[in-house]
Amino acid sequence: MGRTIIDKIWDVHVVKSVTDEVDMLYIDRHFIHEVTSPQAFSGLKEKGLNVLRPERVTAVADHNVPTKNQHLPIENELSKKQVDTLLSNCKDHSIELFGIGHEKNGIVHVVGPENGLTQPGMTIVCGDSHTSTHGAFGAIAFGIGTSQVEQVLASQCLLLSRPKTMKVEVNGKLGAGVGAKDVVLYIISKLGTEGATGHFVEYAGDVFSNFSMEERMTVCNMSIEMGARGGLVGIDDTTINYVIERATISTEKQEFWKTLNSDSDAKYDQTITFQAEEIHPMVTTGTSPDTGVDIMETVSSSVRNSKKGLDYMGLKNDQPMLGTKIDYVFIGSCTNSRIEDLRAVAGIVEGHRKPEGVTVWIVPGSNKVKDQAIDEGLDKIFLEAGFEFREPGCSACLAMNDDKIPSGALCISTSNRNFEGRQGDGARTVLASPITAAASAIKGKITDPRTYLN
Amino acid sequence: MDKIISTAIVLDRDNIDTDQIIPAKFLKSTNKEGFGDWLFYNWRYDENDNSKDDFEFLKYQKESKILIAGNNFGCGSSREHAAWAIADYGIEVVISSQFADIFKGNALNNGIVPITVSEACLKALMQYFEREKSCPIEIDIEEQTLMVDAKDIFINVQFDIDPLKKKFILTGMTEIEYLVQHQEDVINFEKTHEL
Ligand code: SF4
Repeated sequence: MGRTIIDKIWDVHVVKSVTDEVDMLYIDRHFIHEVTSPQAFSGLKEKGLNVLRPERVTAVADHNVPTKNQHLPIENELSKKQVDTLLSNCKDHSIELFGIGHEKNGIVHVVGPENGLTQPGMTIVCGDSHTSTHGAFGAIAFGIGTSQVEQVLASQCLLLSRPKTMKVEVNGKLGAGVGAKDVVLYIISKLGTEGATGHFVEYAGDVFSNFSMEERMTVCNMSIEMGARGGLVGIDDTTINYVIERATISTEKQEFWKTLNSDSDAKYDQTITFQAEEIHPMVTTGTSPDTGVDIMETVSSSVRNSKKGLDYMGLKNDQPMLGTKIDYVFIGSCTNSRIEDLRAVAGIVEGHRKPEGVTVWIVPGSNKVKDQAIDEGLDKIFLEAGFEFREPGCSACLAMNDDKIPSGALCISTSNRNFEGRQGDGARTVLASPITAAASAIKGKITDPRTYLN
Repeated sequence: MDKIISTAIVLDRDNIDTDQIIPAKFLKSTNKEGFGDWLFYNWRYDENDNSKDDFEFLKYQKESKILIAGNNFGCGSSREHAAWAIADYGIEVVISSQFADIFKGNALNNGIVPITVSEACLKALMQYFEREKSCPIEIDIEEQTLMVDAKDIFINVQFDIDPLKKKFILTGMTEIEYLVQHQEDVINFEKTHEL
């Protein structure tokens, strides 16, 4: 019987099987950030433990950082304390840190891949649920809690139950204006926020093989939004070419990576298949990420809305999403803040200007993305459109810094969560692709990006 | 800890995500204490930090150690602050028809027992305990049973718990202790591991 890539990667990382269900699993790469790591380091200290393999840990400050004037000290005292705590913990334990202002700083899930730290076949963890992003490289990558951050720091291992596997296949050809974000919002709308609970998902089929690494990352990023423990894409030339541009890898290792791919007769606990032609630009309607609808449809075409969610959003069931007035646009987050996203946005907005009364923030995923955008002149296009082009960080994705959407305001956002209050107390969030957000920014209302494609 | 006998709080909402359990603005702390005060903050307090009396959660006995919540509890962010807030509030058991994976692990690492029951059982428990705010539920971790024995209800169901995690709860051993004790295995493993 064939095995899946998930089983194969898992098996080469089992240090020992503890019970029928639980394995002690070795972790190859551990990313940490300022919010979920301080209590892990204090835990180590209390127990008199050390970091076992500091060279396998990389730290990034991203959640709390301001996206303006990063050269100045952080004004918010608590945020500053968290970032400073990360700095001293890294220093004490010889952990590499990409702090604020560092050329490699940015959102942890953008930074790992773009610096060649994320590689195929690895087990990768971070105290952050969107660690699934790294699955795009054919890796088992998943979010963990702070107790587990402490465990990995101390032992480089975790006690985990063996995963169930799910294959999500999308075949066919995507229409113009339909991208990775639409594909994943569509899958989540079909599966629901708990549809993949307990499973690792392998995304397979033409659509994912044709995707770039950045598009694969967008999809894998949102695996957690359907409850999955993680999501990944098989290893092919696209993967390998991306990695060898950023890290030195022997040919033996490259060959080994390919052997990890799922066998053609691999058995999954569940398999679900969709057709690319059925996917259109998507926008969410309620307060959970599974409430996405085709942008041409009314709110009621999502079966997953609750009255409470719609009341919070200020939307009515028979209302079309198209034309809904927006107040804010946030283009950023580990889902969609990479250079391809910014290029796509620039392609739509070039030569247009946003209306008064709409605020647009473009927050690049990393300093590298920011510098690249400036090199390509994208920043000028954004400024001419009346958008703000900020410095990197998580920003309004979770509004832990000053980038908060005001109560009652509607924000079309390229991030991954539309939970109540996620982007600020009382803020209302519509999740969409970068080009849908861009087209909507120019019109001041939810707009089909296809009207701007020629 | 092998038996928990307590009244329950019912929160009949599905998909309670960790942003609702503890909003991001409370994640700036560098320690684990005090999060119980902010549990369900946006539902529990108005803009001026006054308690919202219409939040159903507050209508139950404050001493309750058991929370009965809707399907897919703890989805969203990996923040362990959610488990810290629940534990700090005094809740030791959460009952639902499904838990998000990361939350489940976080709960167990903080001595909170997540108990998964069938949808029908969850519904019955919710209906009964919405009315009966002083009736106790008895949870036996060793036997893996949840029991309610009162005048017009009898429920006695078995629940699953991973044997290793059960052992940890019953003996008070922690995962990190186990892992550190097996460091030799890790070092041997690394000798042949190439990734
Ligand atoms: S961008 Fe948003 S989802 Fe991504 S790591 Fe930061 S807060 Fe989490």
